[in-house]
Amino acid sequence: MKNEKLSSRELILAKIKDNQPELMALPALPSFAIIDSNQKNIDSLAIKAQFAQVLATIGGQVIEIDGYDEIISYVKGTFADASRIVTTISGLSGQLFDDKWIDGNPHDLANVELSIVAAHFGVAENGSVWVTEDLLCQQRVLPFITQNLAIVIDKQNIVPTMHHAYERIAGSDYGFGTFIAGPSKTADIEQSLVLGAHGSRTMTVFLMG
Amino acid sequence: MKQQLQHSEAAEVFNRDEARVDWHDETLWFVRQKRDKAAFQIPEWEELREAASQIKNNVLSNMHDYLTEFETKALKNGIKIHWAADAEAHNKIVLDIVNQNASALGAAQLVKSKSMLTEECHLNEFLAKNGVEVIDSDLGERIVQLANEPPSHIVLPCIHWKKSEIGELFYTHLGTPKGCDDPQILTEAARQHLRQTFLTRKVALTGVNFAIAETGEFVVCTNEGNADMGVHLADVHIASMGFEKIIPQKKHLGVFLRLLARSATGQPITTYSSHFKNPRPDQEMHIIIVDNGRSTQLGRPDFRNSLKCIRCAACFNTCPVYRRSGGHSYHTAIAGPIGSILAPNLDMTKNADLPFASTLCGSCSNVCPVKIDIHEQLYKWRQVLVKEGHATVGKQIGMQAMNFTLSNPKLYQAAGKIGRWVLKNTPVVVNNGLNPWFNQRDMPEPPKESFKEWYERIKKEEAA
Repeated sequence: MKNEKLSSRELILAKIKDNQPELMALPALPSFAIIDSNQKNIDSLAIKAQFAQVLATIGGQVIEIDGYDEIISYVKGTFADASRIVTTISGLSGQLFDDKWIDGNPHDLANVELSIVAAHFGVAENGSVWVTEDLLCQQRVLPFITQNLAIVIDKQNIVPTMHHAYERIAGSDYGFGTFIAGPSKTADIEQSLVLGAHGSRTMTVFLMG
Repeated sequence: MKQQLQHSEAAEVFNRDEARVDWHDETLWFVRQKRDKAAFQIPEWEELREAASQIKNNVLSNMHDYLTEFETKALKNGIKIHWAADAEAHNKIVLDIVNQNASALGAAQLVKSKSMLTEECHLNEFLAKNGVEVIDSDLGERIVQLANEPPSHIVLPCIHWKKSEIGELFYTHLGTPKGCDDPQILTEAARQHLRQTFLTRKVALTGVNFAIAETGEFVVCTNEGNADMGVHLADVHIASMGFEKIIPQKKHLGVFLRLLARSATGQPITTYSSHFKNPRPDQEMHIIIVDNGRSTQLGRPDFRNSLKCIRCAACFNTCPVYRRSGGHSYHTAIAGPIGSILAPNLDMTKNADLPFASTLCGSCSNVCPVKIDIHEQLYKWRQVLVKEGHATVGKQIGMQAMNFTLSNPKLYQAAGKIGRWVLKNTPVVVNNGLNPWFNQRDMPEPPKESFKEWYERIKKEEAA
């Protein structure tokens, strides 16, 4: 078995080596894709407006807040009947929300109605946010299995494009990370858009500060 | 085994219901228009396409080193790597992993998100034969699976199904109310049904959209969240990738993720773009790197560019032949223009008809986000297939007659005259069952004179 594996690896790689064309240089990325991380001339108001507008078009919503108390009152109003709300944000946990799940089995999250988690940053051009497992207390399934997803980001933390996003995470290490752009969706039935396919049915981004 | 129909024969069947063909055509054109709208919002769109194309050219030319770099990094990250020379080897590896993890009590089971590679390998049939229950979790794929059909489109697997038919299917299989065709209610039924699947399966399989040589991580894109629901709840994650999915560095994802969803459905990005670098502490992660003819294609200078494909299906949605013949007419896992240049590499005899299922209008190449010269490759495959004796007898005779006529100017002029006269006065001579060009088509108005006749007349009139 071991040898068999080894030989198919060797065979495939040898054939690739024989058949691949002469080396063509890796191109430099176009100038718009090369981001100077010290770049200061980003119009943060316009970026924020674009983020909110794009997220709305893909079925999510942005709520601007000044502090965590506004999240709590929003949740109390909108999710008054929710039987289980979890959060990974230390400023919120303990006050209102269940945090006894952190070391549990991911299957135990199946009845979560609302999850409130932080994201590193948002991307204006597509309304997505970048979340890694450390922000999820290593529970990778949380933003997917939850019926509703709320994300908290600092409003300074919105970048214009995916090029900026990858510049920002170039050096970061994570076992799992994901860009999340709006609620889960499908249009597989006659191209009719339905929100809430298998992941969260709603996505709210709280822009803080 | 059912005799495989040629594309033109299957298209003839599809075209018997004219209203349905119009509906199919318009639905896909609507998706194409959404793509345009999204692309036009990005001023640097063409530069992005050029960058993506050049990055992929580099990948093809440095494939060996990128793959070994990826393997080294992924192994270091704690991912198990398998190499499969062909579909059979791939399927066997999946079966072994599933069997190793099948519980002593329960049946062997697998939940799968969308992977065109597993369609190409006919994994589902193989696993079923070997006692493994497979459930496809993408809604469109689940629908065609319940109907015992292959997907007809790589992004929109059941684009050929009407909602009333899906309602009927769900009534039978998922217990939705009889006659219900509301997409909201049907999707909710599938959500509930598949949630139980996600919560009970120990092994989950996904495809791979991009694998990054620099870091050993891979990216899986979905809108529904089904890939993530499957793998984060399973003990074992298997990711199947064709080796051409490799890209050099993480920053290149910036280029590809900007192009992929906009080209596919007109969305700015898929809902989820998940980056997997290592397994959870209690989880196993496997990557199966599959060749299955790709290394042969890499050695064909005229056709290797087809391996740049990122599976957005923009070429399907824009193709006048695909839109009016339906995905199943292509009798191959990947239909449409890109499928027609990939399939002959896998089997020239079986797929010799596909490069002819095109008008060579070039729209596919114009929308391709990685600038594959699809229509030129369709044309080149025709030369190869005819030379190697794969053209049908009818086509060979037709080509010989054409060659003879086009080589004799006098004969050509006479033939044109006769043709125009026949079309005008006795259309039944050509518009009959014996001439495939007039199947499913309306007769054009014949011109009164040829260009040559018109030119000579104008010259005379001007002189007079």
